Amino acid sequence: METEYRFTHRHIISLDDLSRQDIDYILRVADSFKEISERPIKKVPTLRGKTVINLFFEPSTRTRLSFEVAAKRLSADTFNIAPASSSTTKGETLVDTACNLAAMNPDIIIIRHSRSGSPRLLARHIKASVLNAGDGTNEHPSQALLDMMTVREKKGRIEGLKVAIIGDITHSRVAHSNIIGFTKMGAEVAVSGPATLLPMGIEKMGATVCSSVAEAVADADVVMALRIQKERQHDPLIPSLREYANFFGITPRTLAGAKPDALIMHPGPINRGVEMDPAVADGPRSVILEQVTNGVAVRMALLYLIMGGD
Amino acid sequence: MTFTPLDAAHRQSLLLAGGRIIDPVNGVDMAGDLLVADGRIHAVGTQLAAPAGAARIDLGGKWIVPGLIDMHVHLREPGEEYKETVASGTKAAAAGGFTAVAAMPNTKPVNDNQSVTALILAKAAAGYARVYPVGAISQGSRGENLAEYGEMRRAGVVALSDDGRPVTDSQLMRRALEYAGNHNLLVIAHSEELALSRHGAMNEGFLATRLGLIGIPRVAEEIAVYRDLALAEYTGRPIHIAHVSTSESVSLIRRAKAKGCRVTAETAPHYFSLTEDAIGLYDSRAKMNPPLRAVADLTAIKEGLRDGTLDAIATDHAPHSELEKDVEFDLAANGIIGLETALSLSLALVREGVIAPGRLVELLSANPARILGVAGGSLAVGSAADVTVIDPDREFVYGLDQVVSKSKNSPFLDRRLTGKAVLTVVDGRITYRDGI
Ligand SMILES: [Zn+2]
Repeated sequence: METEYRFTHRHIISLDDLSRQDIDYILRVADSFKEISERPIKKVPTLRGKTVINLFFEPSTRTRLSFEVAAKRLSADTFNIAPASSSTTKGETLVDTACNLAAMNPDIIIIRHSRSGSPRLLARHIKASVLNAGDGTNEHPSQALLDMMTVREKKGRIEGLKVAIIGDITHSRVAHSNIIGFTKMGAEVAVSGPATLLPMGIEKMGATVCSSVAEAVADADVVMALRIQKERQHDPLIPSLREYANFFGITPRTLAGAKPDALIMHPGPINRGVEMDPAVADGPRSVILEQVTNGVAVRMALLYLIMGGD
Repeated sequence: MTFTPLDAAHRQSLLLAGGRIIDPVNGVDMAGDLLVADGRIHAVGTQLAAPAGAARIDLGGKWIVPGLIDMHVHLREPGEEYKETVASGTKAAAAGGFTAVAAMPNTKPVNDNQSVTALILAKAAAGYARVYPVGAISQGSRGENLAEYGEMRRAGVVALSDDGRPVTDSQLMRRALEYAGNHNLLVIAHSEELALSRHGAMNEGFLATRLGLIGIPRVAEEIAVYRDLALAEYTGRPIHIAHVSTSESVSLIRRAKAKGCRVTAETAPHYFSLTEDAIGLYDSRAKMNPPLRAVADLTAIKEGLRDGTLDAIATDHAPHSELEKDVEFDLAANGIIGLETALSLSLALVREGVIAPGRLVELLSANPARILGVAGGSLAVGSAADVTVIDPDREFVYGLDQVVSKSKNSPFLDRRLTGKAVLTVVDGRITYRDGI
């Protein structure tokens, strides 16, 4: 079986498109790329001559930098484009931008956009490979893959683990991709948060919805807190950040019910003292910085694989 | 396919021979002939003789029905002629077997005064179907003040609606119902509670969650339907509920009718033909408002059409260009074109056994005429010769090159459809003819 497997995806847009075998393979390739990042000369010629465009419609220092470092370590030529605004229909549309970029014959376009589904729209209009670096409130596949890589590295497996995801599930593309990814790999995913932030039908994505944080965290191997986005104004969702921190923040007390060696994760950037107590974020079980390191390795693996591997 | 606009087509004597005449208003469903002369239905019977100079068309059992009437379309003129015009929209109507359409007022400017009404009617004289303008409920459809119903009525509007811009203020809706009575105009409600729906892009539920899109809960429609029914009952005025999309809305209307309220309602073909699954991976051609719902809603809507709760099938024909549709899903405009597919999709209900052919004619012709208080909907001798001939078995693929409307935003593109209009006659003039 092993010898017959081939990674055939040209785009990475949704974890739904990837099989368990695909994910397993990506994580193994990422493991091998991680080693490159630990060398004194952190560069291999794998993608020499390939053009990678970082098309970030939303500001994101961390993810953009991670992709840029990944592409550079593979010797690709990278360009960063941050169109002024994506929020209005005035000016250049996404399709216009896509067609303009296509005229420059890039090999890969990494897109971050505030609208769900925009990577699919891009892929319909250009020949280049499309890598989704976060689309609206939909998905963030590379983040979920780096989270899975981190968990597997620390726990030796994913299957059979209990992963608790706490917070704004509705607006979190990280949560969506992680629910799909972790359940596909055989983990149990429990979610909890204010009922206003638990979207309808989330259980059909494979998550168990818990009515309290304590219930979600009970016996968990992994506890992941999500960023509360203070800027979501158009809906009355939570009364105040203080109340959120008191009832849904991850504190040493919340963690009492988790496994003693539970990993603490956060996709960053953290609102310290809101969704996570500093004592937890900086504590011995926190793997938040490892997540960042593994992010580069996973993104190297994705860039390498969608270009056809070796 | 040949089209002739009304100002170029002449009235002719026409013998439609050997058809199946389906005319529920007059209790007719029989094999026979229909003779049109001087723009009127001259005779209905068997073995009619063609008078001298009459053109004879042999139908081989095809259906002869009163001209179809679509009581809910958006013709986009004035203001958005790049999407559709009165001419192109009525041409699409003729291709779909419609002899008349009711044009919603959300043009630019809004049809909230007699001059816009007059302009639309002037354009319609060179169109391919009768146009019944619907005037705005409020000035500019801004939901603040009543529009000039009396003057618009005199200019030719047949009903009132702020379609697309739901009336948020319940007091204004109440006053609209009351004042519409002075001018004998029907209020058509686009029932939507905006506070619940405003940011949504599709039906709320698993699929919206899965696609990371903000949902439009069904209660956004149902709360507003309930409010509009309650106001109609309270004021004792008739109301027509547009584009019903949920199971509970059907139940609310059924209950109101049982209580004796003067309520009528329509649904659109997409609500009994598609579910939210048609969105697939962000296909904006399946985005409209109200949104496509779930299987249970589709089933309830079919039942509503069958049992009489829903009175009409109307397309909500809403042309949009690629500019509005080939964009990120949540930015894409709401609406699909429907004039050319409505009949085929409705005939599917007949083939499924949900409704009989006579009921189909009620839903697409007789009831819209009665609800709007306009001519048509009947093949009575002496009435205006608005007639549609349907080949219920004709198969065709609704390909891009076949779309008559100026806009191509249909989720039914490239579908194989069965049953279509093959002859459309308005006022004794052939506006459309296809293969007969
Ligand atoms: Zn409407």
